[in-house]
Amino acid sequence: MTLLELDEVKVHFPVRRGILFDRTVGHVYAVDGVSLSVSAGQTYGLVGESGCGKTTLGRAVLRLNEITSGRVVFDGTDLAALPAEEMRRARRRLQMVFQDPLGSLNPRQNIESVLAEGMAAHGLGADRAERRAKILEILDRVGLPAGSLSRYPHEFSGGQRQRIGIARALVLEPDLVICDEPVSALDVSIQAQVLNLLEELQDSLGLTYLVIAHDLAVVRHISDVIGVMYLGSLVEEAPSDALYSDPRHPYTRALMSAVPVPDPEVEDTRERILLRGDLPSPAGPPAGCRFHTRCPWRQPERCATERPELTDVGGGHRVACHYAAEIAEGTLRPNRELAPPILHQPGTLTGFEAEAAEAAAEPGAAAGPEAGPGGPPDGGPGQGPQPLIP
Amino acid sequence: MPLLSVDELTVTFTGHGAPDVAAVCGVSFQVDESQVVGLVGESGCGKSVTSLALMGLLPQRGVRIGGRAEFDGTDLLRLRQARLRDLRGSQLAMIFQDPLSSLNPVVPIGVQVTEILSRHRGLRGSAARKEAAELLDRVGIPDPTRRLKEYPHQLSGGMRQRALIAMAVACAPRLLIADEPTTALDVTIQAQILELLKELVDQQGTALLMITHDLGVVAGLCDRVNVLYAGKVVEAADRRPLFAEAAHPYAHGLLGSIPRLDAPRGERLRPIRGSINDRIDWGDGCAFAPRCDFSTEECLDGGLPLTLLPGREAHRVRCVHPVAAAPGDGAGDGPGNAGNGPGNTAGNDPGNTAENTAEGSPGENPEGDAAETTEATS
Repeated sequence: MTLLELDEVKVHFPVRRGILFDRTVGHVYAVDGVSLSVSAGQTYGLVGESGCGKTTLGRAVLRLNEITSGRVVFDGTDLAALPAEEMRRARRRLQMVFQDPLGSLNPRQNIESVLAEGMAAHGLGADRAERRAKILEILDRVGLPAGSLSRYPHEFSGGQRQRIGIARALVLEPDLVICDEPVSALDVSIQAQVLNLLEELQDSLGLTYLVIAHDLAVVRHISDVIGVMYLGSLVEEAPSDALYSDPRHPYTRALMSAVPVPDPEVEDTRERILLRGDLPSPAGPPAGCRFHTRCPWRQPERCATERPELTDVGGGHRVACHYAAEIAEGTLRPNRELAPPILHQPGTLTGFEAEAAEAAAEPGAAAGPEAGPGGPPDGGPGQGPQPLIP
Repeated sequence: MPLLSVDELTVTFTGHGAPDVAAVCGVSFQVDESQVVGLVGESGCGKSVTSLALMGLLPQRGVRIGGRAEFDGTDLLRLRQARLRDLRGSQLAMIFQDPLSSLNPVVPIGVQVTEILSRHRGLRGSAARKEAAELLDRVGIPDPTRRLKEYPHQLSGGMRQRALIAMAVACAPRLLIADEPTTALDVTIQAQILELLKELVDQQGTALLMITHDLGVVAGLCDRVNVLYAGKVVEAADRRPLFAEAAHPYAHGLLGSIPRLDAPRGERLRPIRGSINDRIDWGDGCAFAPRCDFSTEECLDGGLPLTLLPGREAHRVRCVHPVAAAPGDGAGDGPGNAGNGPGNTAGNDPGNTAENTAEGSPGENPEGDAAETTEATS
């Protein structure tokens, strides 16, 4: 059953100039047409680099950012069309866990007051005693001692503060919890504790999560379905395992190959796709495919002019790339000239240049796709449909 | 002879009336020419303070530094400021975590890069500008002559870090200290920067001291790894043995806590219980004992040395009960020397760990834990 459905959601922030007249001179296209659906009891992971709009999208679901256009259908009602007061009441069922556990807790409020505030606002619990009983139950669930009630946020460690943040969401008995970078501020050993806690809570309370994170390994660990965002739109969406074993979009492939794996054997042998340059500004996104300015597989036609639609390639795997099929088959090769220049000192050859030189020395090999399997030196970055991590 | 040899480095912060804080309590490691050495640990383990002490960047007052740090025969910790200033930037260089706050926001990039060239290489005017442009080009900044005139805020995060690397390598230093150089960057940019650092080490023979919390970065880059906990090296090994057979329960636990991209979905993480706040003083025993699943009374004896693992070269560990090298995955997390280790309880430990996730809950005192475990074995 679908609990949350986003339909062509757009969030554009106006850029204003001028002192007397607030002229709108442009827009930041933070989220530019995202459609996805989250099934009840499942975890949907949104992954992407900073500036890709993943946080804005998460906040837009709760209407913490106003939606420019599109629909956010939660359990049958379009949240985007709700009047403010009804939206406030609806938020009991949609809660958020924020990234910075200290910044999202009022330093002058003790834990009981933090947790009781939301309950009071939504009219949960008849009196103080009833609320306290509920709060104690939740504190126990998230693994905090009952003595925390009268303590203040600064008295807790980072991991404990994040547990408080989770408890604050859970006292309202929500259906959907949006976790915005729930573990990125935590140390590795604490991160694992919080991830396990989130999974346990999902199992016992039947929660649905929308997890927003930049760390692909974290997202893969916790999610059933993963959506990869780039410059305000989804470029690929697939079940967690499928995305990992068979990434189709060039950006996903590059992203995956860039995530360090704590295993020297894997690190030494896997293919690496380095991207050239940085993320373009969402205020002036490139025309056509948003990724074409950095894509190693870019083609002269279509990529720069026509924006690819998210299309289903089977098994719930959706990709927004004109050439996804050709790349998967290996008939389309990455363009070496679009690889980033790493140190090019006179007299020394970097990997790419050395390979290019070798390829040039071999007649016919430089011809690209037509070169037979025996032709060019193998093992170059991103050749053919090899698995990213063997 | 190693290029840098750090011997029993201690850094203690002394405050007004406040108790002293020992951030680094006896760290020893070596860095050879063209070697990449990692200092790995979580926040508060003393890794950054170590690097600042080596570069002489800690404040003069309120800090007590002990031990030795010999760089090419001279003790960096006892060097006069003037001499140290000559070394810094030319032979020693450092890259910091946050590229924006490491650059002066009101001075163009070009001026900041040429400053080093004029200070250490005596280049002036157009020669310095030309060299600066070449440096920026070498670290992969497009259109370097234009970039030289720009201010730090006009550059992206990755570009700023590249500019800092360009400044660090301007004088072809023999030792480069990188303190979390990619933590503030996106993962695709991180890959570019790591590749760049690798190239530098390969081409110039620079020794790199890599300080990071990310074991993934370590796995791809470092030749030798030192794992720090509460200001001491708890395990030191070459890269492959460390990841294959981490012997210290902390290092082992860290590896079990990281969600891996290539792990099958649905596998539970095995976190370390508690938090860094639960440590005890190294003088009273193993600082990790309160969080350790294998801790016994012996762990609280104090004076634990960093000892060579039997039958290994250069794999040292500071632990009474090193985790046995389990074939395959660390499913059998039993302690190595079953004679005095809690062999029986080891099997239950993973489950125990999962339940015991409350950090620093008052019920868990180290003595109680240790007593329980010894009872079970005896």
